[in-house]
Amino acid sequence: MAERIRRAAGSWDFLVLVALVLVVVIGAVSIEGVASPRFWRFVILEAIPIAVIALPLTLLIITGEIDLSVASVLGLSCTVMGKLWASGVHSLPVLVLVCLALGVLCGAVNGLFVTRFGLPSLAVTIGTLALYRGLAYVTLGDKAIADYPTSWTDGAVAPIPGLTIPWMIIVVAVLAILFAVVLHATPVGRGLYAIGNNDEASRFAGVAVGKTKFWLFVATGAMSALAGIFWTLRFASARADNGNGLELAVIAAVLLGGVSIFGGRGGLLGVVGAVVLLGVLRNALQLADVPANALTIVTGSLLIASVVGPNAVAIARARLRRRRPTTSIPTTP
Amino acid sequence: MSTALLGLDGVSKSYGAVAALRDVRLELRAGEAHALVGENGAGKSTLVKILAGVHQPDTGVLTFDGKPLVLGNPADARAAGIAVIYQEPTLFPDLTVAENIFMGRQPRRSLGRIDHAAVRARTRDLFDRLGVALDPDRPARGLSIADQQLVEIAKALSFDARVLVMDEPTAALSGVEVERLFGVARSLRDSGAAVLFISHRFDEIFALCQTITVLRDGQWVSTDAAADLTVDRVVRRMVGREVSSLFPKQDTKVRDVRLDVRGLSLAGWFQDVSFTVRGGEIVALAGLVGAGRSEVVRAIFGIDRYDAGEVHVDGRRLRAGDTDAAIAAGLALVPEDRRQQGLVMELSVERNQTLPRRWKLSTAGLLTGKAERAAARTWSERLQVKTSSLRAPVSTLSGGNQQKVVLAKWLATEPGVLIVDEPTRGIDVGTKAEVHRLLSALAADGVAVLMVSSELPEVLGMADRVLVMHEGRLTADIPRASADEESVMQAATGVGR
Ligand SMILES: Nc1ncnc2c1ncn2[C@@H]1O[C@H](COP(=O)(O)OP(=O)(O)OP(=O)(O)O)[C@@H](O)[C@H]1O
Ligand SMILES: [Mg+2]
Repeated sequence: MAERIRRAAGSWDFLVLVALVLVVVIGAVSIEGVASPRFWRFVILEAIPIAVIALPLTLLIITGEIDLSVASVLGLSCTVMGKLWASGVHSLPVLVLVCLALGVLCGAVNGLFVTRFGLPSLAVTIGTLALYRGLAYVTLGDKAIADYPTSWTDGAVAPIPGLTIPWMIIVVAVLAILFAVVLHATPVGRGLYAIGNNDEASRFAGVAVGKTKFWLFVATGAMSALAGIFWTLRFASARADNGNGLELAVIAAVLLGGVSIFGGRGGLLGVVGAVVLLGVLRNALQLADVPANALTIVTGSLLIASVVGPNAVAIARARLRRRRPTTSIPTTP
Repeated sequence: MSTALLGLDGVSKSYGAVAALRDVRLELRAGEAHALVGENGAGKSTLVKILAGVHQPDTGVLTFDGKPLVLGNPADARAAGIAVIYQEPTLFPDLTVAENIFMGRQPRRSLGRIDHAAVRARTRDLFDRLGVALDPDRPARGLSIADQQLVEIAKALSFDARVLVMDEPTAALSGVEVERLFGVARSLRDSGAAVLFISHRFDEIFALCQTITVLRDGQWVSTDAAADLTVDRVVRRMVGREVSSLFPKQDTKVRDVRLDVRGLSLAGWFQDVSFTVRGGEIVALAGLVGAGRSEVVRAIFGIDRYDAGEVHVDGRRLRAGDTDAAIAAGLALVPEDRRQQGLVMELSVERNQTLPRRWKLSTAGLLTGKAERAAARTWSERLQVKTSSLRAPVSTLSGGNQQKVVLAKWLATEPGVLIVDEPTRGIDVGTKAEVHRLLSALAADGVAVLMVSSELPEVLGMADRVLVMHEGRLTADIPRASADEESVMQAATGVGR
């Protein structure tokens, strides 16, 4: 048990949670408004789409792949929803189903190129990042569709009765638990870590590498499309540039959460912690009147820190371990 | 007696809490081949890595020609004239074979350009000496484990070594390749180099070496002239008790055909391979390195696709290229390359062992560590896997113990058809007899066993029938009664056909 606690305390997950607490405490003390319920409502509303996409993306990155097209799928989902609404489809379940199908299709295209044709996911999804965003502009041009019923738009951001926290957080929490269980406590999850570390040995152990990756791309597409619906309703606006650049925020959160960009390492606790951490940081700095450009710089720096950080920690550990024995005095002849 | 060329004294080395070497001494003399033996995890490879400058000893000194020697890194060792063949090949997959051999010290032309023609020519030279039929320009990716080992050997021989250190170089090689390697090693030795040789095959040790040092649990036990020793005495010192070094297969009742391979072909690799294995039978697949044995078993297991042919398990046809279905049908394959194919090195012993069974071990689709731990413990104990913890990354285990983990991983699936590719590669005597006993017991339970092995005594001792492959074709099917060294080697080399 003590061993367990010690190991947990040295883990990256733990560092992320400590950093989160520090940022919250320092923010609450030094920036007016950070302690207010309104602030947290904003942080959570902003974090919801990021978390929804980060969940499947974490699993995908653990297998050693990446999907840069997530924000474009979100944008495309927004415009398709807007277009359908404008052309008279007024049933929310139908809209959700169509957007979901669209996300599945977008993810399947990514997955097919990567698993069938053996192309690197980085290249494929840079391509579809541009392609899906382009399709979003084709769908809606630079129009905005904004005339949704208030019952929908208010419903999407409504608080839990008696609190200020949006009820959506419950949905996201359930999803997070679902993904965490899959990753950490099912045979599928075991396979993901194996694939990320050595896909050849995984194949020899009967892990269906291609199939697994394909379905993760599909899941990522589907969740991105769902995030698009939330986005549309939250801002009551479907536009082709919705969520432009959001992939940076999502990937930053996943990597800062301790997932290795090379695959095979990381967990969902750290990622969820990092999503909140980044959200708090961004909103707190905004409150402190830090300009938007500086915010981008902060996100970028954290992204780099998160890639360098775990490596630096590992290297430092190895150094320490190596140095310790050599401190004993060598016998001389 | 000549003085030591390279000496170690009082050398200790720990990895964290594991003491791999404790106060070890060793003297390598010019013109002499010295064997280092010990059980799996005894510390042999650790000692090699110290001689190679990969690891620095915690305590103790090295001397070279009587002068103290400090090896801060592998370049220091190479500069001192120490050539090392590591237990596990470490080639760069995307470089060519020739580039791998001359990595970092390529012959140059003017302006520092690499002289590719010279690299190629010198590689050909080396390959001729070793009798290797590899294209210097092919990438290292996809080389069989034996070919990788041959490239590593060529790499070590590519500069004039005063000390040649070989850590289980022969583990995946068959008799012919071993003879060639020994030819080169002997001529090096006779021209005044010192040779350190590590192997779990005693016939090889006694054929090459004049001196034998025994390590046990990281400690020096004895150093004697080979002439004063016998296999039994060496084994007793290694293990500290009596062990039988051979376990011949027991006779079993032969049952129905379980594995039926019909006309399997893959252009460029193997043609028209047909055979059956019955329950209760152990069938060996013998042949030279590169004969296509591993490729055939990979295709059977669904790793690679094939152009023509069929594979049936228990009367049901297997879909080509579907490993998952093959496992579900009761097939298991212990692959030849444990680092690339057998294990996920970064994952723990426990996770590696339970990977093929992860669905079976789950309840209602959920896996808690408990079931995995219990399952892993059972099989680790049966195969005597030596590890600090089941949670330790499998990369921290010694080579032989890694091999045991691969075996445990597949034996635990309780297969109906078990295919093993070099099952005892790098495994010490005691455990080897245990593995043979296990295979025999499995056959007695009705399992069909197909065994690819380059080790002739293993083939002859264990097999009910010996299938021999030569250049991608099956050339012989020899029953146990008439299988001997000569008949197998003849079929393997294609002589007398
Ligand atoms: N990187 C490492 N980290 C931790 N422990 C290690 C590491 N490398 C080796 N060990 C441990 O050191 C001990 C000696 O290992 P070593 O590889 O030297 O054995 P060996 O004699 O070469 O065995 P084999 O015959 O199986 O190759 C083993 O107990 C092994 O688990
Ligand atoms: Mg070893």
